[in-house]
Amino acid sequence: MEKYIWFIPLLPLLGFFINGLGRNTLSKSLISLIGSGVVFISFLLSVLVFLNVPSGEGAQPLIFHAFDIIKIKSIQVPFSFQIDALTSLFLLIITGIGFLIHVYSSAYMHEEGEGFGKFFAYLNLFIFFMLLLVMGSNFFIMFIGWEGVGLCSFLLIGFWFKNRDYVGAAKKAFIMNRIGDVGFLLAMFWIYKEFGTLQYTEVFASLSTSQITPFALGGITLLLFLAATGKSAQIPLFTWLPDAMAGPTPVSALIHAATMVTAGIFMITRCNELFELAPYTKNIIAWIGILTSLLTATIAMRQNDIKKVLAYSTVSQLGLMFAALGMGAYVAAVFHVMTHAFFKALLFLGAGSVIHGMHHEQDMTKMGGLKKYMPTTHITMLIGCIAIAGIPPLSGFFSKDEMLLSMFLGNKAIYAIGFIVSALTSFYMFRLYFMTFAGDLRDEHQRPHESPKAMTIPLIILAVLSIVGGWVGIPKLFMENAHRLNQFLSGVVKPGEEHSIAHSTEYMLMAALLAAVAVAIFMAKKLYTGKVDAESTGIAKILENKWYVDEIYQAAIVSPIISLGTVFKKYVEKSGIMQIVSGTGNLSYYLAKNIKTVQTGNIGIYILLMLIGIVAGIGIFFFGML
Amino acid sequence: MIPISYYLFLALGLFSIGMIGVMTRRNIIIILMCVELMLNSVNLLLVAFSKMHHAKNIGTEAGIDGQMLVLFIMVVAAAEVAIGLSIMILFYRKLHNVDVKSLNRLKH
Amino acid sequence: MGTAEILFFVLAGLTLLSGLLTVTSKNPIHSILYLIITFFSISGHYILLNAQFLAVVNIIVYAGAIMVLFLFVVMLMNLNKGDKSFSKSFVLLAGGITAALFFALTVGIFLKSDVYEANQTLLASGDIGLTEKLGSVLYRDYVVPFELASILFMAAMIGAVLLSKKTDDLHIKD
Repeated sequence: MEKYIWFIPLLPLLGFFINGLGRNTLSKSLISLIGSGVVFISFLLSVLVFLNVPSGEGAQPLIFHAFDIIKIKSIQVPFSFQIDALTSLFLLIITGIGFLIHVYSSAYMHEEGEGFGKFFAYLNLFIFFMLLLVMGSNFFIMFIGWEGVGLCSFLLIGFWFKNRDYVGAAKKAFIMNRIGDVGFLLAMFWIYKEFGTLQYTEVFASLSTSQITPFALGGITLLLFLAATGKSAQIPLFTWLPDAMAGPTPVSALIHAATMVTAGIFMITRCNELFELAPYTKNIIAWIGILTSLLTATIAMRQNDIKKVLAYSTVSQLGLMFAALGMGAYVAAVFHVMTHAFFKALLFLGAGSVIHGMHHEQDMTKMGGLKKYMPTTHITMLIGCIAIAGIPPLSGFFSKDEMLLSMFLGNKAIYAIGFIVSALTSFYMFRLYFMTFAGDLRDEHQRPHESPKAMTIPLIILAVLSIVGGWVGIPKLFMENAHRLNQFLSGVVKPGEEHSIAHSTEYMLMAALLAAVAVAIFMAKKLYTGKVDAESTGIAKILENKWYVDEIYQAAIVSPIISLGTVFKKYVEKSGIMQIVSGTGNLSYYLAKNIKTVQTGNIGIYILLMLIGIVAGIGIFFFGML
Repeated sequence: MIPISYYLFLALGLFSIGMIGVMTRRNIIIILMCVELMLNSVNLLLVAFSKMHHAKNIGTEAGIDGQMLVLFIMVVAAAEVAIGLSIMILFYRKLHNVDVKSLNRLKH
Repeated sequence: MGTAEILFFVLAGLTLLSGLLTVTSKNPIHSILYLIITFFSISGHYILLNAQFLAVVNIIVYAGAIMVLFLFVVMLMNLNKGDKSFSKSFVLLAGGITAALFFALTVGIFLKSDVYEANQTLLASGDIGLTEKLGSVLYRDYVVPFELASILFMAAMIGAVLLSKKTDDLHIKD
């Protein structure tokens, strides 16, 4: 494996350079061919890795060492890759879905002039950094990838940079990411201080023997979680993700649905041994996750922009995943990452197809009845909605159910909230479906059309994956030893103790959830087929305005900082530092002007001064010597 | 036999008087004269020191360098006065007074 | 106290008095006359020290030639007696203090040095001041400075003549 493991990240990097440098000279088809081709080769290599990776109980990760990236006497950090079951799974997701999105973009971004090459270059760069993140064998490499995907997110969100609002959204994303990165950096420093190394294998191996205090463990894990909230958009750093919808739809699909936002979950799963020893942090993670989930689910119920609904849905699902992580169900969370990647990417690409067909219209109140005009998109998006709602036997059902089960076993209050969130999820997703595809076209001037093959084929592939993707994790309830994912990842995540729950209870929980989901779908159908929301009042108004979180942040955090900066500018900079600097100049000018008057030209005075000087010289010379 | 200190005080006193004259008088001619006074005081002192050296080793020509120097000082002083006075005359032709305050063309 | 000392003190008093009067008198002609008296008294000192040649040369050159030159120049310029002859009193004060400081300094230097401690005495007679001795040393050891002095004189003469030529295109600007 050593022979080809390096090509997996290097090929997208190569694609970045070629497409970036040749963005004005190469033809569009060549650019998209190179861009998608390198990701496809990386995907094939990832499949090879997947087939050869050591997995199952007690598997040791493979480490591939390249060189030492930091080599000072006191600190040694190697640049090496760690390949185990978790990594290989994420590799498949990143390169596979990445490839489909590259193919999709070649049709979606076709109207771009010179930005076409730039777009593919940035996408390739993103894939490179994301691969670095998941393949790194120590916190430092992960951090390089972490920062890099934040950078690419900024570049891609603000891709249409001539629009000020989009650039503002990109800045917001980057700044919030950076706030989280502070947590990551501090955690890295602390880990180095406690363990003396940054390599995962060494840190985790020494956990049982080291004298690390619970305070240090709690601190490190909390800081890592802070980084995760920034990257995966949880409270309090979640407001950037809905605004990030300013970027092109393939970007939203790749970065903000399938890959970058899952980096937080990857990191926590990678460090599961650390988190297992910090129960207090796990509690915090669970509560923040579930509260975020509830908050954004309520907001999504009243949004009219098709992409915003999907954005809030992403944050909500991520919240559920964090809640599961907080319960210790790492495998369930990773499972949901995988299935969520499939159907969320599908939903986003489908939304892109809708937007493309409606000539860049994103407001759902102007859509309707599109199932006549866009059959393929319609069927695939319906499959996506069914999957996210958690209806068996599609993939969403298995993963969501496993997460909810872990919540039930851990904390009943969190389970209750999770239950409500799942019901709300199906409600707003089907609200989206009915408003877009059912009924009649509300905007009469539009002539929607189906999207080209390059866009619909990825949709079909993702739809198939959404259907079958869940069958790797069939719980024990239905079939013994069918949870392949559990076995696959058991080398990375120590399996917890067997949960003792009666089968009847499990069936009842599943049935209750399915009933709630059915009710939600029915209500959505009733309310939104052919109809749109009336003017919002009261609670609906608060929901539509996103619980005024952005406004609260602006008033409580951003404005004071800006006024502090203004105070510094006016009083410290202008009156203080400038005065010192220009004051020195003014002082020398003033002194010179006054000393100049000694030169009266009066020779008598000159003679006097000369003699005074001589007398003084004699005095100092001789009496200094005496 | 007079102690050398007497001559020293005398010469220094004369020199200081000349210095006051140079610093305070406004007529250029007077200033030049005070410079001559200073030169003369130095001459006196030099001769006194030459006699002092001669007194220490009588019989040789021990202190004669002092008097030689005085001779040359007088030579230079004479030349200097000649040139100096011609410059004063030029000044007078231009400015019609010999006040030192009117020599202020070097003003800033 | 021998005659030498008495003579010394008389001459010293005369020198200082006439020097002071030179500096402080308002009329330039008076100043010149007092300066001539000063030169004469210094020549008296020289004779006391048995520097005969220098005494005579002092009278001839200084009192005879230089002062006469001064006198002629002063008489050529019609100096008004009403002009202010002293600078402002501030300058006066500064000058006085400087001169006093200078006097104090040099006396202090002298007193601290070993010239004073040795307290050398002084011959009122000796034969190095005689013309014969001076002449032989001058033409033996100091020939080069002697010749250079003559060149200096020539330069001074030429300079003086050149400088005081009347130029026709002089603007008289006040």
